[in-house]
Amino acid sequence: MVKGVINGIPVEVKAGTTILEAAKQVQINIPTLCKHPDLISSAACGLCVVKIKKLNRMLRACTTPLEEGMDVQTHDPEIVETRRTVLELILSNHPNDCLTCGRNNNCELQKLVADFGIREESFEKFVKEIPADDSTGTIVLEPQKCIKCGRCVEVCQDIQNVWALSFLERGVHTRISPAGDIKLAESPCVQCGQCSAHCPTGAIFEKDDTAKVWRAIQDPEKYCVVQIAPAVRVAIGEAFGFPLGTNLTRKLYALLRRLGFEAVFDTNFGADVTIMEEASEFVERFVHKKGTLPLITTCCPSWVDFMEKFHPDMIDHFSSCKSPHEIVGALAKTYFAKEKKIDPSKMVMVSIMPCTSKKYEITRTGEMFASGFQDVDIAITTRELARMIKQAGLDFSHLPEENPDHLLGDYTGAGVIFGATGGVMEAAIRTAYFLITEQKLPKVEFENVRGLKGVKETSVSVDGQEVRIAVAHGLANVEFVLDKIREAKRKKEPVPYHFVEVMACPGGCVGGGGQPYGVTDELRTARARGIYGDDEGSALRCSHENPYVQKLYNEFLGKPLGKKSHHLLHTAYKSRPIYKR
Amino acid sequence: MDAAQLEKDVSEIAGDWKNKEGNLIMILHRIQSKYGYVPREVSLEISKHLDIPLARIYEVITFYNYFKLEPPGKCTISVCMGTACYLKGAPTLLNELERVLGITEGQTTKDGMFRVEVVRCLGCCGLAPVLTVDGKIYQGVKKNEIGEIISKYAAEENGGNGGHKEKP
Repeated sequence: MVKGVINGIPVEVKAGTTILEAAKQVQINIPTLCKHPDLISSAACGLCVVKIKKLNRMLRACTTPLEEGMDVQTHDPEIVETRRTVLELILSNHPNDCLTCGRNNNCELQKLVADFGIREESFEKFVKEIPADDSTGTIVLEPQKCIKCGRCVEVCQDIQNVWALSFLERGVHTRISPAGDIKLAESPCVQCGQCSAHCPTGAIFEKDDTAKVWRAIQDPEKYCVVQIAPAVRVAIGEAFGFPLGTNLTRKLYALLRRLGFEAVFDTNFGADVTIMEEASEFVERFVHKKGTLPLITTCCPSWVDFMEKFHPDMIDHFSSCKSPHEIVGALAKTYFAKEKKIDPSKMVMVSIMPCTSKKYEITRTGEMFASGFQDVDIAITTRELARMIKQAGLDFSHLPEENPDHLLGDYTGAGVIFGATGGVMEAAIRTAYFLITEQKLPKVEFENVRGLKGVKETSVSVDGQEVRIAVAHGLANVEFVLDKIREAKRKKEPVPYHFVEVMACPGGCVGGGGQPYGVTDELRTARARGIYGDDEGSALRCSHENPYVQKLYNEFLGKPLGKKSHHLLHTAYKSRPIYKR
Repeated sequence: MDAAQLEKDVSEIAGDWKNKEGNLIMILHRIQSKYGYVPREVSLEISKHLDIPLARIYEVITFYNYFKLEPPGKCTISVCMGTACYLKGAPTLLNELERVLGITEGQTTKDGMFRVEVVRCLGCCGLAPVLTVDGKIYQGVKKNEIGEIISKYAAEENGGNGGHKEKP
């Protein structure tokens, strides 16, 4: 521990703690535009300068550790004036597009400029013209609005290990771009959207598909249906002042009906179906030795894309099961349409997702058209839904609570935990245990797969056999798991794991790239708490217990991994080039 | 470029440096002296060979002024923008070059004939403003001489006088 003084207040922190962090302990927030709790300090923006007594210069609080006896001043007229100059310099390279910017009213730069009361631009404007890049159809790059904080580059390279984004050139010519000024769609980008979730300004944001949704809702010819992903319900409230992690599932059902959707489904139901298929797949491979172990989960389209580009040698390990929202999409246009006598060609399925990559997934391969139509027509993010709610003038907090539409709406606790890292694994084990032993689990919670540790390794005993498990989230953490698998293969040793779950985004879908801004581990934990609370409060906690899942198999699909299931609920993978040029 | 040849070249050059720290810059140097620039196919090959992400390679290439991403022209025209040359009218010379050739600094004409680049101080400030064509120095250049210099080299390349370069 080291002791110091900040603004005259004594403070004691662990050695190595930066002044920026130490100041928070004495209720002081030092402004910064580049430092993010997920990332190593890059000291790029220069806003967090502070004075240290006996030292004749200002230092950056984000990279300077508090030292024994240090006497720090974080705010005085000269420091404030310096910060104002830094902001004015940033503004001189930033376009004045605030009113029509995707981050209007939600921009870290705009907020600081307002806080500092900057009323005029005192430096000559120099904004380099760089065209926007919307080639992916999921994430839009507007490098002109980039303030070169480096967060997106760090997330893309260090947290996700994708290396789609980089800083090219230097000085005033520095810009974010894929290697060699190619389009993002031609780069290794897996469209996880973590860059957009970490960008302080409007330089990277999700492609807005809300207009498409409004058009579909308004079209009298169309029958517009919707589904919400597990992680959306515990994050949407942040945009409306609810406490962090509040679970708004049933208010959301009411809200979506009032937005004009004719039927409201839940992706959690699809998650229960995913588990029926995936747990059966696991039993096939683990018990009946048909297929490669470990089985690796495939609910996350960014992970699928990452694997197809960087690790095609792992394709045999992949579960062929589609992700939950694709399953709901395929079933809506076949099973639901048949039961309710609706023409599936008139049906529009909208998925509300915590994820930018789902926009890509809906046309990923031919199997996404299994119903004979595009199974999911439009995917929008939590952020886009928040805007739609505001446009519709709905008073979220006073809305009544409603139930989803049956057949594709009712879910178990196993379905909802898909939204947090480890959730798919936990849900799958609950059902796999039943499939193998035909007995009820004495305890359904598997605490060892929960939480924010990058790689979680554990094992469970099923029918006297040890099932070895790994759960990884944040794509840079995957390498460790895959290397272990490859190493065992090379040495012809027993597999290190039988079952592996991977989610591209840190924290899983609760930390998805399409979720409300400002994500930190604290927020990921709060959202996950909401999810696990929903599970605990559920009467049924295993997917196979869901009466509507049972009805689906009895009356429509037959059995898991059967012919119809295979056609509607499964997909295939192929190696893809890392760079298209 | 022939893929097998390219792989052989990269493997040869990279082989010398494979496990040495700071190898990327050394390898890029060797590549550029071999090809005159760093072609994208070569960068992709280096990326595979050394397991360095392509993005990192491009970060390095674009950070240093020295590395080129486009093939050099048959003639490289370098305009000195050092202080003396700058004050003596180098920017006017550069503008004129860009106007006549229809390219901007750092680019090569479509026919691959001329490349224009800017350099910092050639160390002969007494001769300002200075430009060089393929290393040959032209001193005290005036705007209206640009056209003449270019046509001379263009004519030579077209077989005008057997590649013999006259003194200015």
